[in-house]
Amino acid sequence: MQYILPLWPAHAEIFLLAMACVILIADLFVRDENRGITHMLTQLTLAGCAVITWFSANDDPTHTFSGMFVGDLMADVLKLTTYFVVMTILVYAREYITLRGMFRGEFFALVLFATLGLMVMISANHLLTLYLGLELLSLSLYAMVALQRDSAQATEAAMKYFVLGALASGMLLYGMSMVYGAAGSLEITRIAALIADDGAKNVVLVFGLVFLVAGIGFKLGAAPFHMWLPDVYHGAPTAVTLFIGTVPKLAAFAFVIRLLVQALGTEEIQGHWQQMLAVMAVLSLIVGNITAIAQTNLKRMLAYSTISHMGFLLIGILAGGLNGYASGMFYVIVYVLMSLGAFGMILLLSRRNFEAENLDDFKGLNQRRPWYAFLMLLLMFSMAGVPPTVGFYAKFAVLQAIVEAGHAWLAVIAVIFSLIGAFYYLRVVKLMYFDDAQDAAPIVPRADVQVLLSVNGIAVLAFGIFPQPLLALCVSAIIASL
Amino acid sequence: MYSLPLLSLAIWVPIGFGVLVLATGSDRNAHMARVLALIGAVLGLLVTLPLYMGFSPALGGFQYVQKLEWIETLNVNYHLGIDGISLLLILLNSFTTVIVVVAGWEIIQKRVAQYMASFLILSGLMNGVFCALDALLFYVFFESTLIPMFIIIGIWGGARRVYASMKFFLYTLLGSLLSLVALIYLYFASNGSFSLLDFYDTPLTLTAQVLIFFAFFMAFAVKVPMWPVHTWLPDAHVEAPTGGSVVLAAIMLKLGGYGFLRLSLPIVPDASHALAGFMIFLSLVAVVYIGLVALVQTDMKKLIAYSSISHMGFVTLGLFIFNAQGMEGAVIQMISHGFISGALFLCVGVLYDRMHTRAIGDYGGVVNTMPVFAAFFMLFAMANAGLPGTSGFVGEFTVILGAMQSNFWFAFLAATTLIFGAAYTLWMYKRVIFGAVANRHVAELKDINLREFMVLGVLAVAVLVMGVWPDPVAEVMHTAVGDILAHVSNSKLPE
Repeated sequence: MQYILPLWPAHAEIFLLAMACVILIADLFVRDENRGITHMLTQLTLAGCAVITWFSANDDPTHTFSGMFVGDLMADVLKLTTYFVVMTILVYAREYITLRGMFRGEFFALVLFATLGLMVMISANHLLTLYLGLELLSLSLYAMVALQRDSAQATEAAMKYFVLGALASGMLLYGMSMVYGAAGSLEITRIAALIADDGAKNVVLVFGLVFLVAGIGFKLGAAPFHMWLPDVYHGAPTAVTLFIGTVPKLAAFAFVIRLLVQALGTEEIQGHWQQMLAVMAVLSLIVGNITAIAQTNLKRMLAYSTISHMGFLLIGILAGGLNGYASGMFYVIVYVLMSLGAFGMILLLSRRNFEAENLDDFKGLNQRRPWYAFLMLLLMFSMAGVPPTVGFYAKFAVLQAIVEAGHAWLAVIAVIFSLIGAFYYLRVVKLMYFDDAQDAAPIVPRADVQVLLSVNGIAVLAFGIFPQPLLALCVSAIIASL
Repeated sequence: MYSLPLLSLAIWVPIGFGVLVLATGSDRNAHMARVLALIGAVLGLLVTLPLYMGFSPALGGFQYVQKLEWIETLNVNYHLGIDGISLLLILLNSFTTVIVVVAGWEIIQKRVAQYMASFLILSGLMNGVFCALDALLFYVFFESTLIPMFIIIGIWGGARRVYASMKFFLYTLLGSLLSLVALIYLYFASNGSFSLLDFYDTPLTLTAQVLIFFAFFMAFAVKVPMWPVHTWLPDAHVEAPTGGSVVLAAIMLKLGGYGFLRLSLPIVPDASHALAGFMIFLSLVAVVYIGLVALVQTDMKKLIAYSSISHMGFVTLGLFIFNAQGMEGAVIQMISHGFISGALFLCVGVLYDRMHTRAIGDYGGVVNTMPVFAAFFMLFAMANAGLPGTSGFVGEFTVILGAMQSNFWFAFLAATTLIFGAAYTLWMYKRVIFGAVANRHVAELKDINLREFMVLGVLAVAVLVMGVWPDPVAEVMHTAVGDILAHVSNSKLPE
């Protein structure tokens, strides 16, 4: 018993798991017209998790379950963000999934299990825990993508996602086994100490590292391992894309920090993975930004834009040091906020038998609903990194970290490609503001969607005018966790 | 003594009113939007007047300084302050905003609230650029101005507005992004500060200075715009609505000149000296070559756009000959060009609203039907040509004087503008205004109404007053120009 104590760092996970089982069973007794109850229960569960995490947050990292699990400030911040984002996703998605016959118990159970996977990943202190969380997340996501059974497109996307995801998992496992071979432990904090003692095993470690980085590339969606991403984003029901495109990035960030920084952060090994990340980052910026220009489908465009954002994120991480990791964390949180709003807008414009996923569907939005056009404008400028929106500070923090690390050339490349990126975000603004509306269907969102989407859009501006709290939070989280 | 944070008011009053105007929503409340916008613009101008009244021209350094912590993690402060040069530009900006709001009163019938709000917000942001003493704050304001202008050109512009607005945005973004990298470099060079004042004292090697100079050059030369990165301007000007052209010419171009003054010259003085020849060359090309290009334009707005580029060549020329007359001339030229080009674009707007064409060939004999307008247009055309007694003469003449001290041939080439400027402006004027009535449409023209009369009248007074009595403008900036020249003459190379 003493091996698993203290339990409190994992209280939120335990609560979520219990509630997911309860919801799964309770849902059997709920009739279709009362499905709102399941929705409500899911939201309450997430809110409960938020309360638990909030009150159990502490500055010092606490290891538990024989060192397999850790509670630290970075984990707390990322988990809290995850809860709020997932709750928002459920609000945005409600109408959409109702109209498409997905408003059922399975959806909520899968969302909860995926969230649990995210939480386990975020708090993992052991390579197996990390893998466990990743698989729990991935398997739930594969099912969510395929949830719309009569859609050939969604099935195809699920298939691609599954095959490539399994391949990536295999690579990760193989890399982990190499690390185990070299270090003799799977526990993250011990690996760091063990490989620091013994430099002779570095060849094996670097060999394993290649597979680990490739696996990470797959999971993040960084080029050249990005092939699955546009198809899955495009093929999955938008409500599921909303999920895939947001919260998993938070966990992926934690994954990178735990695996590369905490476990393999010795100076020599760090030099190796920094080079690999630099290649991936530059490729992601190039592929993401240039291919996005050619897209006519907004979901695909956002998929490529994700790839380029991941490039930026990787630059922050490879810059290293406190500022680098903090800028990466800031970037990923900001990215999730923007992505949430952008996919939320697609859901807002979609209606029965109509997916507002083409760029042209946004034509003349300023005439139809100026407020939503304005929110989308903020989101697009933020993604492009134009001040005074928060996207600018995210890019700025990353650039600052990389210049500090002495790689000003990467900053110049990043800047040039974000200029190219600006073009396709501007095109969305152009369609909304400069073109005439083609579609006169009224947009009547539910009140909760209106409020949350407005908060989401305005947050992009508000954090842009006052970036200090979020930035300081990221810095202190990284300080406390490293 | 407690005093109002006047600079913050100058920034946030227009922006606040812009948000209010935006909140009036659809065109059903168009009248309310207009009135509210006018109140906002006038209040915005009123809060800048005490800045001038209370300004002490003899004091060096910055006045009305306000410093609040903004982003502690990055050591970025909300740090405002002005010297004589920024003061003049703030006044010009707030004044122009009132003009633009009034000028768009009846012409804009589509999405009035958004139109007015864009201009108010733009005005506040540009005031921000002129008072920022923190590099990141400067950059944030500098970049933010792109968004409202992009919207203005794109929604209310002419036929090729989408192309023009995209080109405008991407062109200027490219320049400023590179300067961001330079600012980050300076942050580390100055031991973790974003304050411009700290940048002024940071020693830098010549290589670093040259690289920084080019990064800044990309940002500011595009904005000025200098030859050969000027090509966005004719497109933007031609497609923008009248108000957009006025603000673009009168204020936005000055952001570039101001950037050179506030950032390039004091931060990288050695590179500025080393590359002065290059800058002067580009400026003279702008003055001479673009002047010739203006001569062959058939579109009035395009002609004035090229004339703007040519006149802005004087500004950069004045800045990079490093003497007091050149620099003061450059600042006067910026202010005077603000009035004149704004007025000329308004004049073209007056014609365009009636005839819906900007082609010179479609006009002729306008004086017969619009005599009052023709008189105003005459004054502004003369001012653009640099007639003594108008503000255009003062700026150009001072710059030429300054150039003469530096090198006779600089002055000689710069002075050709007095010929080319007169040629293209007056030739356009002749073809549009004089001669026989060209066609039925010109015969049906109505002269300017009271609103247009007031707008043009105020500008005419400004142009004349500054032409005959430039002292109020010149006085406030002597010390500021001296400060900047002192910075430029101090080498910052490490020992």
